[in-house]
Amino acid sequence: MFASKRLQKELAKLHEKLPPGITLIRADDFSEWLMDIRVIDSNPLYQGEVYRLKFNFSQSYPIEAPEVVFVRDESHPIPWHPHVYSNGIICLDLLDRQGWSPVHNVESICVSLQSMLTSNTKKERPPGDENFVRYNTQRPRDINFVFHDKNV
Amino acid sequence: MDSDDEFNSSQVSEDEFMQDSDVDLVDDDSDFDMDQDDVGFETQDKDIKPSKQAYEVDFKVFDPEQIQQTQDKQITDVSAILGQPPEATAILLRHLRWNKERLIDKYMEDQDGILESAGLGESATHNPPKIIRVKGFVCDICCEDGPELDTFAMKCGHRFCVGCYRQYLYTKIKDEGEAARIRCPGDGCNRVVDSKSLDLLVAEDLRDRYQELLTRTYVDDKENLRWCPAPNCVYAVECGVKDKELKRIVPTVHCECGHYFCFGCSLNDHQPAPCALVKKWLKKCEDDSETANWISANTKECPKCHSTIEKNGGCNHMTCRKCRHEFCWMCMGVWSEHGTSWYNCNRYEEKSGSEARDAQAKSRQSLERYLHYYNRYANHEQSAKLDKDIYLKTEKKMQQLQNTTGMSWIEVQFLDTASQALQQCRQTLKWTYAFAYYLARNNLTEIFEDNQKDLEMAVENLSEMFEKPIDQLKGLKVDMMDKTAYCNKRRIILLNDTAENLKQGNWEFNVSMS
Repeated sequence: MFASKRLQKELAKLHEKLPPGITLIRADDFSEWLMDIRVIDSNPLYQGEVYRLKFNFSQSYPIEAPEVVFVRDESHPIPWHPHVYSNGIICLDLLDRQGWSPVHNVESICVSLQSMLTSNTKKERPPGDENFVRYNTQRPRDINFVFHDKNV
Repeated sequence: MDSDDEFNSSQVSEDEFMQDSDVDLVDDDSDFDMDQDDVGFETQDKDIKPSKQAYEVDFKVFDPEQIQQTQDKQITDVSAILGQPPEATAILLRHLRWNKERLIDKYMEDQDGILESAGLGESATHNPPKIIRVKGFVCDICCEDGPELDTFAMKCGHRFCVGCYRQYLYTKIKDEGEAARIRCPGDGCNRVVDSKSLDLLVAEDLRDRYQELLTRTYVDDKENLRWCPAPNCVYAVECGVKDKELKRIVPTVHCECGHYFCFGCSLNDHQPAPCALVKKWLKKCEDDSETANWISANTKECPKCHSTIEKNGGCNHMTCRKCRHEFCWMCMGVWSEHGTSWYNCNRYEEKSGSEARDAQAKSRQSLERYLHYYNRYANHEQSAKLDKDIYLKTEKKMQQLQNTTGMSWIEVQFLDTASQALQQCRQTLKWTYAFAYYLARNNLTEIFEDNQKDLEMAVENLSEMFEKPIDQLKGLKVDMMDKTAYCNKRRIILLNDTAENLKQGNWEFNVSMS
């Protein structure tokens, strides 16, 4: 109830106007949305690529953060970034319980991720990516990330 | 013996003063014997002040009310010193993990700084927070607006509608179990929700839960306090042993509820093994690395498809069930090149073969060593698991004994005492095997194993008597009491010896303690 009311308002706003580089792909219900983002400046790492984000909302959204991951398909790769694992899991304090504020919304998350990519210059995965991807069975919200990088 | 002297020093001087015979006073045993011919008031004196063993630590048990009281008292005290209201003081104290001295220091040094970092901003003394209606307000959480909307904001000015604020606090308290450090819902705002604001916003039932969580964090924050881990136990234990001392001390404490646990790691009493070794041991036992060890010691792989094969009899001619590959178990070579030596492979002495054999022998040896200790450990653990059974059986036996022999309730108490001693000794024995597994071979270890053997034998002797039929028990009473006392004594000797050597860093381990 709480979540759907708020998401309804967000959706109306998203239909009205979207920041450049952000597209609404699917929002059939109030539990899972798909968004596409693309970097709008000339960062060579991300030229010509579009990335797909999957949002999962709980009943307590926006008190609780949504679960946000990059998804891969034929036309959408997982972007290179030292905080993005190759399975699409994103390590960003904004999406963690500690860093989340109910004031954030789908649009602001997209913008944050967009700028996170824009400012990156390293074609890297997080340390331990291979192991994490192979053994991780937890859902993103249950993982306790340690944020060592305060600059992102 | 040095530290023995230290422990008994006050008593020894007393003894010397009271008695003219001061021979052998330093010897623990004779000291003990002497007690029995002591005069009345002297023994009474000892009862009040029982001497502490080397393996024991000082501790104190608190009930929830006492915890609340100490907490409140600290808040009032500090509140008076700082001139801040109790709500703000509570936040400040929690912010600095109840380190009163550091708080006062910091407050005197940089009042604004500490208030800011604790989430109190400017002075919290004026203008208590209020619920108000604001014209043209839109809630950033639910995106609702309207003149009828009740809104709330703390000093930070992040204003939200009361419904959202409530929902937010509810989630934090009920779902996330947070209390002392709930921050303002605004983005990046570090202001902590104080109890006055909370009272204004949430219902009674949530407030109780909040208080409960606050008490929890008080104990969690205090380094020298720890909750008793027994199910449904509400007590907390205070003990001065620090984390860095855990290599030298095994701080077993005894809660009011009867539970013995380690203050260092909250696990069940694991004397004489120190926490670090216990952790290693438990990990080793639960890891399937030991299964892997068994596999490498007892099986080989098919040279072709690498399926794991256990040979449990028969000749050396192997046919893999999976891929139908035929090979020799001994040299692992292809069978067709093997001739007719079915029970005796003469192609064995190749270099690669002998290396593989060495590796296998080594792995088998280490497995056997582990299993030796593990079996004994597990055996005592099993007995410990039957604790309840034994105890219930004992109770039954005590009743039967009362009925059949006409002994009184107090006269059959020896069975209860014996059963308790048995359980305690088994718990200790169990951990001596984990401890011994990590000991390097030297004289000290030999002494330890002797002590272990003595205790083990004492325990088995006593345990055997328990199995005797009821009609014999009466006649065994004195013997049983003797054996109980002996068990307890052996246990104390073993624990004292280990604790002393641990304190002085005399033990040599075959693994690193970190």
